[in-house]
Amino acid sequence: MPIKLPSFRPRRDDYPPDLWTKCPSCGEMLFNKQLDKSDRVCPTCDHHFRLSAAARLELLLDPGTFEERDAGLQSVDPLGFVDQKPYPDRVAAAQVATGLRDAAVRGIGAIEGRPVSICVMDFGFMGGSMGAVVGEKVARAAEDAIAARIPLIVVSASGGARMQEGTMALMQLAKTIAVLERRRAARVPYLSLMTDPTTGGVFASYAVLGDVNLAEPRALIGFAGARVSAGTIAQELPPGFQRSEFLFDHGFIDRVVHRRDLRTELVQLLRYLRPADGSSGDGVEGDTRWGFRPMGFLSQLADRVVPEIGPPPGSSGSERSSEERASGEAKRG
Amino acid sequence: MVDRLLHRGREAAAPGDPRDEVWRRVKLARHLGRPRTLELLGEMADEVVELHGDRGFGDDPAIVAGLARIDGRRIAFVGQQKGADTEENVRRNFGMPHPEGYRKAMRVMELAERFGLPVVTFVDVPGAHPGPESEERGIAEAIARSIGLMIRLRTPVVAVITGEGGSGGALAIAVGDVVLALENAVYSVISPEGCASILWRTADEAPAAALAMRMSASDQLALGVIDGVVAEPGEGAHADVRETARRLKSAIVTRLDQLAAVPLDELLEARYRRYRAIGPYTEVAAPAVAQPPSRGLTDRLRDLLDPGRWAAGVPLPGSSRRDEPPAHEDV
Repeated sequence: MPIKLPSFRPRRDDYPPDLWTKCPSCGEMLFNKQLDKSDRVCPTCDHHFRLSAAARLELLLDPGTFEERDAGLQSVDPLGFVDQKPYPDRVAAAQVATGLRDAAVRGIGAIEGRPVSICVMDFGFMGGSMGAVVGEKVARAAEDAIAARIPLIVVSASGGARMQEGTMALMQLAKTIAVLERRRAARVPYLSLMTDPTTGGVFASYAVLGDVNLAEPRALIGFAGARVSAGTIAQELPPGFQRSEFLFDHGFIDRVVHRRDLRTELVQLLRYLRPADGSSGDGVEGDTRWGFRPMGFLSQLADRVVPEIGPPPGSSGSERSSEERASGEAKRG
Repeated sequence: MVDRLLHRGREAAAPGDPRDEVWRRVKLARHLGRPRTLELLGEMADEVVELHGDRGFGDDPAIVAGLARIDGRRIAFVGQQKGADTEENVRRNFGMPHPEGYRKAMRVMELAERFGLPVVTFVDVPGAHPGPESEERGIAEAIARSIGLMIRLRTPVVAVITGEGGSGGALAIAVGDVVLALENAVYSVISPEGCASILWRTADEAPAAALAMRMSASDQLALGVIDGVVAEPGEGAHADVRETARRLKSAIVTRLDQLAAVPLDELLEARYRRYRAIGPYTEVAAPAVAQPPSRGLTDRLRDLLDPGRWAAGVPLPGSSRRDEPPAHEDV
């Protein structure tokens, strides 16, 4: 519900920014509490405001299921980089401003009860730039997904590689892609969600390599910054250049998804893309609700009746994987 | 604006300034007479067969690829190719590849894998082409796939930075078991002009940015991004192309012979470990709010005693925020 302001009052600077936000797309003044309630999407024009990592996790995961991992990873200054300010000072300032240690948060959570390994970027931390810490967190999130045979979700929001780490930041493209290649070989699903903005080295590494690529509407997504493009080549840029819909039209994004539908779409996709059993040849397993599988049922029953021959309880996803192995055997037999 | 463009790349002032030294190398790396992939191969190879086309869209003249025989060894090669003059530069897009260039590179690398040929790449690129056509055809996807292919390619790969190693457009063909660089080559995550215009708000500070990014070959060797530097004769590679090629050839052949002796599985594991481990970071005690409930008493005591906790400015638990300030919205 849009809030109309009395027309005789000037629109700018009259309202404390901690209470009101002006929609950059339609100019509507939005009450922050209301904006939060609508997941920070403008109710008038559907402009998607950027989300912090914490808000993103809250939006996507089952409440209370997120367990952060590697919260202590911290940037170092490999080059001794100083521009107008030393790099460590910039990191420290960003930490104070955001309460984060670097531009990505990763851990294990659940979506509709299914465990996922998730890594979420935060544009508020130095433009979401990717240095060694972000690269390492994405890599470890993928490794956890492979080890636990659970889906990997990465939510990108980044201006690209972090200049202050030089080629060390560039090498994070190779690092993250290396682990994602192993992930692909292990047949563990990877959903990549691109949000505003996803550009440069982040787009050209893990963001573009999802089994399924999703994007929020009108997000800026591209390799070279639009200003670089316009500056390097004296050429008019097409309308909507480097927006989600542009990439969708050119075949690099599977679905452009409104924020309110994101969770539902993730659930839907994860129902199809189940981690393939490491040993068996068939990777496609339907939802167990949809069919009765005698071997699966019996082995589950056995797990319950004779717990000591079943998989150790408490290890994440162990029940599901044993059930899948069993049903895979049933299918082959 | 025009003034700024004209002053782009002007020399840093004071003599003995370390910015001068690195900027001299940047200029040498960009020298119009610097030998490119085909010139270098022409000198060092007994035979060169160039292959064309990505089988999907077209043939990108900014990337050359094919088969060659060096010192009796059959190899596949891939490299960027800038022009030697304005006319050729226009034809070759100033050595800035489009997606089809990287897809051609991938095609030839897969060919090499299939027939057991080692791959040698020559990297000399200001950056991948930044235009709308490049984005439309998926430059980011092409670069990411090429990096992925090179990491899993089951054949030895030697990459040589011969001139400009410009960001993702360079790394797309610069992943290898061994990465070498010519003495005056440079390697960076963004062009010094681009870095300066973002962090110094003026492209005039490009020499300062070049110094700060430590983009010279010797600095990259010290950082562990490359494994060896090949000295250039005289004033630089352009002064004596034949001698440059001779030195490069001997370095490449030595490395190829070393790699040929390593079993493929070991080679691939080492290549994976190299890129998995790259990029330093540190691990400090997690902030109290994020501690998992299952931590034992010893862990918690260790956290309390960890000196890094006090030095590193642990963020305050209360400072979590709902969203970034609206000021970022205009980026």
